Amino acid sequence: MDPVIEAVDLVKQFGSFMAVDTISFAVRPGEVFGFLGPNGAGKTTTMKIIQCASPRTSGSLLVFGMDPGTHSREIKELIGVVPQETNLDTEFSTYENLLVYSRYFGIPKEIACERAEQLLEFVQLTEKRDVNIEKLSGGMKRRLILARALVNQPKLLILDEPTIGLDPQARHLIWEKLKLLRSQGNTIVLTTHYLEEAERLCDRLVIMNNGTILVEGSPAELVRDHVGSGIVEAEHSPGVVACLNDLGIHYDVAGDMVQVVTDNPRAVAQELLSKCDAKRVLARAATLEDVFLKLTGRGLRE
Amino acid sequence: MIRDLFAIPHITGNAWTVWRRNLDVFLKTWRVNLVPPFVEPFLYLIALGFGLGGFVGYIGDVPYIDFIAPAIVAVSIMNSAFFECTYGSYVRMYYGKTFDAIIATPVSIEEVITGELLWGATRSMIYTGLMLPVLVLFGVVDLPTSLLLIPFAFLGGLLFACIAMCFTAVTPSIDALNYPSFLFITPMLLFSGTFFPLTVLPPALQVFAYAVLPLTHVVSICRGITLTLFTPFMLVSLVWIAIVTTVLFLLSVSLMKRRLVV
Repeated sequence: MDPVIEAVDLVKQFGSFMAVDTISFAVRPGEVFGFLGPNGAGKTTTMKIIQCASPRTSGSLLVFGMDPGTHSREIKELIGVVPQETNLDTEFSTYENLLVYSRYFGIPKEIACERAEQLLEFVQLTEKRDVNIEKLSGGMKRRLILARALVNQPKLLILDEPTIGLDPQARHLIWEKLKLLRSQGNTIVLTTHYLEEAERLCDRLVIMNNGTILVEGSPAELVRDHVGSGIVEAEHSPGVVACLNDLGIHYDVAGDMVQVVTDNPRAVAQELLSKCDAKRVLARAATLEDVFLKLTGRGLRE
Repeated sequence: MIRDLFAIPHITGNAWTVWRRNLDVFLKTWRVNLVPPFVEPFLYLIALGFGLGGFVGYIGDVPYIDFIAPAIVAVSIMNSAFFECTYGSYVRMYYGKTFDAIIATPVSIEEVITGELLWGATRSMIYTGLMLPVLVLFGVVDLPTSLLLIPFAFLGGLLFACIAMCFTAVTPSIDALNYPSFLFITPMLLFSGTFFPLTVLPPALQVFAYAVLPLTHVVSICRGITLTLFTPFMLVSLVWIAIVTTVLFLLSVSLMKRRLVV
């Protein structure tokens, strides 16, 4: 099957700043494809180029086989967008927001009304149907934006940080809805800097940093290829460090802990406890977060 | 470069969905929206018409209150479209992110701006339609010719909407919109043949008023309509308005596109 999105050497430049620096990727029909990366990595810019809101500087990009530069209207008819910023229309109620938005797609009123009711039910906002959106909580607003992105029954859903700033309950509810949408065969592209979100939702993902793609793969592949199966952590004390050096075990320093990447965490933990006299030892499975931190570094992003 | 600024945009009927969104909001808050067009003519006609008019008497052979009545309509046409497409549009664009939300749909940014401009013009037309009964009540405008004010208000409103949108496109902040309000709109309110005939001004100022103050032409047409005094000069004013509106429409759309599509 032809990819839904195909980008080759995509570049977006603002003045001399390379926001997106020659990236290539392909999104297949029916998959959840994630863009993971720290703040300023170029994820949102990439989304804006795909959704025809921002023209690319160079490179080729096809969405449903069409060029966003020349076929933005046709592409926008087929996609639904959940932006990072909450931009619901504050002048209208929950229900009216969906109706007014449907009108921009040229959806006939009767169909729009019917669909709006169904979508409110889908995102569990039927009770808030006639409430002004300023009275909704953050989680409700995000759910309404998700519903709004679905009014045109899109073939591709683009979500930029869909659960940003939400509490765990609200986040899980959004995840549940996205999984449901995926099981109905929708193609979903999302950006996130929540590792857990990427790990739970994405079939495949790329990790971006400074406008470039560092790696691509499924969450499990990335963990296996870039970190390994297990991690053992112990406190970062001179005794532990000296002992690890004596034993010839490679380690990384992460804050007040040292980390040992290993395929045999049990044995390493045993050695740390018995030979190094470590006080706090934690053996755990490697996660996407370890890959992320390894590849993008631990420095703070502003 | 310059040619880009006046490029002809591809506009479809989608622009009306944006216009409709603004109309829906207007109708939702109709109570507050109906007050100004009723109150404004009362205030002007009583204060200036009866108050000042008592001293002035006649201008030519026109009673002073009849002289200023069309100017009140012209000023309202100017204010409703100008403030709608400066502060109103800026709030929707910058604070509400409404434009961002709309351009994620098949509606293009050019159509969003066109819809906003059409709405600004419509607002002028609605206000004129609401003011007219008050003016009729005071007996200061001719009927039925004055009904022409309503369609003309759309054209005049579109002119001021396009002027406003150019300022909105380049303003660094909402506060900076105070500059055109005070340095452009207020002088126009006073020096466009509104409350005294332009002929009393030095010739240089008269030329200036006809050349660059859009309100002058709007007042001249409104006055011709309410007094049923159709002169060939009204045609000149009409052509002036049509040309300036067209040019500023193209300019405002491309400036807004430049601001919003990066």
